[in-house]
This record gives sequence, C-alpha cells and structure tokens, in this order.
Amino acid sequence: MSAIASQIGAVALRSITRTARQPASWIPPILFPVSLMFVNAAGLDASTQLPGFPTDSFLAFALAVPFIQGALFSTMNAGTDLAGDIQTGFLNRLALTSMRGSALLAGQLGGIILLGLVQAIVYLLVGLAVGVDFASGPLGVIVLLAFAALVSLGFGALGSFLALRTGSGEAVQGAFPLLFVFLFISSFNAPRHLMEVDWFRAVATANPVSYLIECVRSLIVIGWDGQALALGFGVAAAISVAAIALSAWAMQERLTRT
Amino acid sequence: MRIWPVASGVAWRTLKIVYTNLALFLPQILFPLFFFTAFAGGLSQVSRVPGFDFGPGYTAFQFCFVLVQSAAFGGVFTGFGIARDFESGFARRLLLAAPNRTGIVLGYAISAVVRWALVAIILTVVALLARMNVFGGPVDVFGMYLLALLINLCGVLWAAGIAMRLRTIQAGPLMQMPVFLMLFFAPVYVPLDLLNGWIEAVATVNPFTYVLEAVRSMLAGEEAHVALAFGLALGMVVVFAAWSLRGLRKAEAAG
Repeated sequence: MSAIASQIGAVALRSITRTARQPASWIPPILFPVSLMFVNAAGLDASTQLPGFPTDSFLAFALAVPFIQGALFSTMNAGTDLAGDIQTGFLNRLALTSMRGSALLAGQLGGIILLGLVQAIVYLLVGLAVGVDFASGPLGVIVLLAFAALVSLGFGALGSFLALRTGSGEAVQGAFPLLFVFLFISSFNAPRHLMEVDWFRAVATANPVSYLIECVRSLIVIGWDGQALALGFGVAAAISVAAIALSAWAMQERLTRT
Repeated sequence: MRIWPVASGVAWRTLKIVYTNLALFLPQILFPLFFFTAFAGGLSQVSRVPGFDFGPGYTAFQFCFVLVQSAAFGGVFTGFGIARDFESGFARRLLLAAPNRTGIVLGYAISAVVRWALVAIILTVVALLARMNVFGGPVDVFGMYLLALLINLCGVLWAAGIAMRLRTIQAGPLMQMPVFLMLFFAPVYVPLDLLNGWIEAVATVNPFTYVLEAVRSMLAGEEAHVALAFGLALGMVVVFAAWSLRGLRKAEAAG
C-alpha cells in the first residue's frame, strides 16, 4: 500500500472510531430527522388530498427529507471534530510529521461518508418498515445510497472548510441555523408546483437544497426521473467540488510549515 | 420579604446580557420569524385541503402556532441563561447575597416575559405586513396574547426547574426537547379535525392542542376551548412554579 493510502486509511479509521465512541455524534443525526419526518408526515397527511400531489402517502413524500437533513448533520460532525483537532493542537503536531494535508482531508471525509451511508441505510430500513414502496426498485436503492454518499461528501467538506478557516467548534455549530434555513425554505414539505406564495416558490426554486431533496424523492415516489436525477447529482457534485477545493486550500493554509 | 429588589435586579441583569449580546438577541427574534415564513409561505396551499375551514386564512393559522411556540421557547431560552449563571458561579453568589431567594425565580420569569414581549410585537408587525387577517375583537386579541404569555411563564418555570437541578448548560436539550415535542404533537399544520392516526390520538390528550386551538379561535373571533385552555395554562403555571421553586431549594442544598 502506498504511503498516502495508508495515511488516508489511518485518518479514516480514527475518524470512524472517534464517531463510534461518541453516541452524541451519531445518535441525534439518525433519530432527529426520523422523528421530525414522522411528526411532519402525520401532521401534513391531509395535504395529499390536494390535486396534483405526487403521492397518496405523505410518509413516502417526506422520506426524502431525512437523507438531506442527516447530511446537514454531517457538516456539523466533520467540522466539529476537525475544529477539536485544531483547538487541542493535534493538527499542529500532525504538521510536524510527514502526513499530507490531502490525506488528512480525504481520511476525515472518508469517515463522514461512512456515517452518511449508515444514516441512509437506517432511513431506508425505516421507510421499508413503515411500508413505503420505492418506485425505482432495487436499482434505485443503490442509486440512492450513492447519492447519499455524494451529499455527505459535499456537506462534510463544507464543515471541514468552516472548521479549518475558523478553528472553532462553536463557529461551526453557529453555522447550523443557517443550513437549517436552507432546508426549511426548500421543497421539503411541499412540491414546488403546489406552492401558492410566489416569492416562496421562487426562493425554493433558487435553493439548491430543493434539488437534492427532489432527487431522492423522485427515486422513492416517481421512479426514474432523468431531470430530477441530473439536477440532484449535478448540484451535489458542484457542492462537493467547490467545498473540497475550499477545504484543500484552507488545509494548506492551516498546515503551513514555518 | 424584600422580594422585589432581588427580582428586579435579576431581571435587569438578564435583560442587559441578552440585549447587549447579538448572539443571544438575534436567534430569539429570527427563529420565530423564520418558522412563520417557512410555514405560512411554504404551506399556504394546505388551506385548500377539504375540511380546512379557518376563516382568517393560513397565514393567521400559522401565526398562532408561531406565537405560542415563540412564547414557550422564549421561556426555555431564559432557562439556558440560568444554567449558564450556575456554570459561571454567578448564581451561587446570588444565592448567598439574595435576602429572598424566591425573587431569583421571579426575576428570571420577568425577564422571560419582557424578552418574549418584544418577539411578539415584531412577529405581529411582520404578520400584519404579510396581510394576516384578524377577525377577533380587542378582547379576543388580548385573550390570545394573555394565553401565550401564560405559556411563556410555563416555559421559563419548566426550564428554571431543570437548570437549577442540573446547574449545567448541557441540560439544554432536556429543557427544550419536551417542549419541542409537546408543541409539534399539537395540530401544527391543520386543525385537530383533519388529523388522523397516532398523531390525532396524541394531539387529543396534549394540553397544547387546546391552547393552540383557543388562540386560533380568538384570532378568528369564534371562541372555542377558551376556558379549558386558560384552565390548563394556569394549572401548568402553578405546577411548574412549584417545580422551579423545588429546583431552587435543591440548588440551595447543593451549595
């Protein structure tokens, strides 16, 4: 195994072990989105009676939300853990070794992707357990898991960037309300074509989170919708590329040898 | 025995901390506005669901929920401040200095009411600018705010009880999660009649349901469950006042 691969493996293993040892890091990202989904689905079930609503099960409609909300939590996990490493001086000590910044970042993100996949599998199992039919079938489930991994990578890299720039766990946590705003001002509770308030529909249309949710939703509710998939994967890929580039730059700045 | 100097001192200090710290001041203002925008703007089509018959419209329907929610969470946020005071050691010094310690709880409660009053004013102005309809008369509107104020008191007294027992900010989730669940297990998006399944069963026994329905009915000028809602809210204030005072005694005993 090459040196960089073993470095990535070591950091990824550390990231996974650290997350696994702190139930507070992985239980809320799994439980909270599922709880919110059940509450919203129960409260908004009546809206499936609206003409043009894409399904007669609000639970199937709402199942897309935990996938994206869970990924938002990944931002916090990745950022808070990395900020902790900066605050405790661990990153400075690493800077004295031959560890490459790219390996550190890749390893860190590897752990986040694994957590994202575990979350996605739990959400899938919850959906199946409550009787949601996946319109896209078994192949759609595989595509859904790939999408969940990509979204976790994007938001995880975003959290890493925030941590590397600020060096503060509190600052990373402070960004959470902003990310939550993106979730709420999207199509997470209603299809965009049914939104009656023009300005809200315009904001939801401009909000990239809407396309992430609609990509997952299309696989669950509609089947194979090429446009929704292209937009969802396109937006997730764009977020990932931009966030990784920013994180790599911030890591370089943070690990500058003097 | 000299309760007012203690209460006014604690209230003044708490308000000064909140209003001179943007990180504390902004979230309490922005979160209710954000929920109001997201729910009233993004879900207005729900008013077209067969059986939805709230006269003033969906904006008013959601305004009532956000008003009650802001009241409850305004109280809980004050509880965070109490926990922070214990962590920093200020509250212990306060326990030593106060001639009447009940005034400490009263002071925190007063600050919660003042904090929420500003939120309620801003929220109301924004809702009116968004062309919210108000069909109730002045007495109805007064009753609506009075009921929300009682919920604010419930929130702060509940959170104070937790903060004084655990005396750490890590108790934050314990303060807010039960309140969050009680609020969202009420008819948030549609009236109780349109709920089905488990949420209907839970909402029917949830006291917040009747508070929320009473607030909405007063805004609509068609009072329903008002006496029951005031009775429940007053009952909760009494229970949580006892809870917070017991918490104060536990904090005293802990030294």
